[in-house]
Amino acid sequence: MSRDPLIIAGVEFSSRLFLGTGKFSSGETMRLSLEASGAQLVTVALGRVRTGGEADDILGHLDCARYRLLPNTSGTRTAREAVLAAELAREALGTNWLKLEIHPDPKYLMPDPIETLLATELLVKRGFVVLPYVHADPVLCKRLEEAGAAAVMPLGSPIGSNLGLESRAFLEIIIAQSRVPVVVDAGLGAPSHAAAALEMGADAVLVNTAIAAADDPVAMAGAFRQGVEAGRAAREAGLAGTASGRDPALASATSPLTSFLGEAAS
Amino acid sequence: MSFVELWRRHDFGEVARRIASKTPADVRRALGRPRGCVDLEDFAALLSPAASPALEDIAQAAHQRTVERFGRTMRLFAPLYLSNACANVCTYCGFSAHNRIRRKVLSDAEILADARVLRSHGFDSVLLVTGETGRVGREYLSNALRVLRPHFSGLWIEVQPLPQEDYASLAVDGLSAVLVYQETYDAAAYARHHLRGPKSDIDWRLGTPDRLGRAGIKKIGLGALFGLSDWRADAWFTGLHLRHVETVHWRTRTAVSFPRLRPHEGSAIPVTPFGERDLVQATCAFRLLSPEAELSLSTREGEAFRNRAFRLGFTSMSAGSRTNPGGYASAPESLEQFEIDDGRSPAEVAAFLRSQGYEAVWKDWDSTYDGFAGRREGAAAPVALAS
Repeated sequence: MSRDPLIIAGVEFSSRLFLGTGKFSSGETMRLSLEASGAQLVTVALGRVRTGGEADDILGHLDCARYRLLPNTSGTRTAREAVLAAELAREALGTNWLKLEIHPDPKYLMPDPIETLLATELLVKRGFVVLPYVHADPVLCKRLEEAGAAAVMPLGSPIGSNLGLESRAFLEIIIAQSRVPVVVDAGLGAPSHAAAALEMGADAVLVNTAIAAADDPVAMAGAFRQGVEAGRAAREAGLAGTASGRDPALASATSPLTSFLGEAAS
Repeated sequence: MSFVELWRRHDFGEVARRIASKTPADVRRALGRPRGCVDLEDFAALLSPAASPALEDIAQAAHQRTVERFGRTMRLFAPLYLSNACANVCTYCGFSAHNRIRRKVLSDAEILADARVLRSHGFDSVLLVTGETGRVGREYLSNALRVLRPHFSGLWIEVQPLPQEDYASLAVDGLSAVLVYQETYDAAAYARHHLRGPKSDIDWRLGTPDRLGRAGIKKIGLGALFGLSDWRADAWFTGLHLRHVETVHWRTRTAVSFPRLRPHEGSAIPVTPFGERDLVQATCAFRLLSPEAELSLSTREGEAFRNRAFRLGFTSMSAGSRTNPGGYASAPESLEQFEIDDGRSPAEVAAFLRSQGYEAVWKDWDSTYDGFAGRREGAAAPVALAS
């Protein structure tokens, strides 16, 4: 669908919708939702994976040849815990890709920026492809980029809130200055939110709650797919300027500024 | 990716053609972008011939952006030429090695004499300028910075490109900012105009802002010498360079200057047309591309033009400039690098700005930013920061 595929750490993705695998009412609903979403990258909470090789209620329903797994470190509270979790995930799931998620606060699940930067530095050195989940903090995103993050995943609004792009002004700055892909993660509650993120220039979005908790998750997964595709297509087509882009003052500009210049191009 | 690699991905002629193909609709789209959302394609449209009929709208927008970010202020600074010795042969420069002029490298006493004159005019920032030769390398500059540190808050240099470690070392000596103009991003024109000497190595020059950024220099100034090649493409490449610096060396402040070819001692060379209207278009396009870059209006421009154009995106001006070493105090006889066209004193320029509702800013930097205790205490010793 897209003229420019998304590339993260050298891997190409034609779908810009990433899905989380938690909160589905059944493994089968999850499987059908993933299929409807067209997603190629799916996150898996390490905490929910049976690392001992037993039958697993998430992995058992995932076609691992079809989806690239992105284990997350949800549940860890410090860089040290996250590094341990990452090593375990690499061993258990056979991938060095990692969604770094450190939230010491169990109520709002707010990411800890200091531990996240520290863990990114450590994990990059250990050979991980690190995608850190962070606040929409432009300086932190640049610091993570310098630390070797493969992408940054700033939040649109508090995780699970379905509020949409409450952090829009900061996401715009992050997108404008990032040299790694920007994946808007958390808080996207409707396909229109996902479309808006892609229109704004986000490289991808990650959605879980809004799909898994919908009345019809499979239909909602399809709707998100269309939202993401429409947003990306609009971005590539080049949005026409809006009235709000123009300064109102321009319409009533006072004295001309360039009349002293001859009309002829000199 | 380094800027040299990025530069190699763009063909100069192709960029010029792409700019020429922009339409009035492209210009309108670029003008409709919210603040800070002008991309390099929009920038190409703003630089294009198609934008010329919309110049008034572009100027209004640029003026608005500038006032939003900087208010009605204008930073004043002066160049301090330390030397006119140069190992390069360049077609357009009065310091070119083949010119039979008296060469001079200022001593400490001569530097201080010029510094005193500049201080008495009220300047608190100076731009130190030299030609390109080993005589004015890191050691000479390091000494000059130490000599001047107690007298100025902001010390900028516009000198030969240096290795990264030299910049890092000069930063410790009190360097605040570095300007390095690419002159032209057109490799063929670059080769035509830089005939001999270290400056003929285009890659070394192109890579300088990256070395500055890596060395942690706090402000980097870019620019093309308009008139050497197609100005629209040169302006676009300067914008590409600016975006690169803003993105990669994101802690660094940026500045852009707009020098135009002026008459000088030496050979007359063919000059690509770049008129005042073009200069205004280029400046305003840069302001829309980057709301935060400092844009500098040269004393090479005439008084009449400067008095009208200063509102159009510019945020700094040189004033009362002398472009010969020792020119302020001791050596009126040595040859200047180029002719200046606004002979007003700094006080006259400041008074004019005030009459237009603008404040002249003499100090916008502090030596503490460069790790030095306040210069009024006299010692100018580096602050020992506990680690």
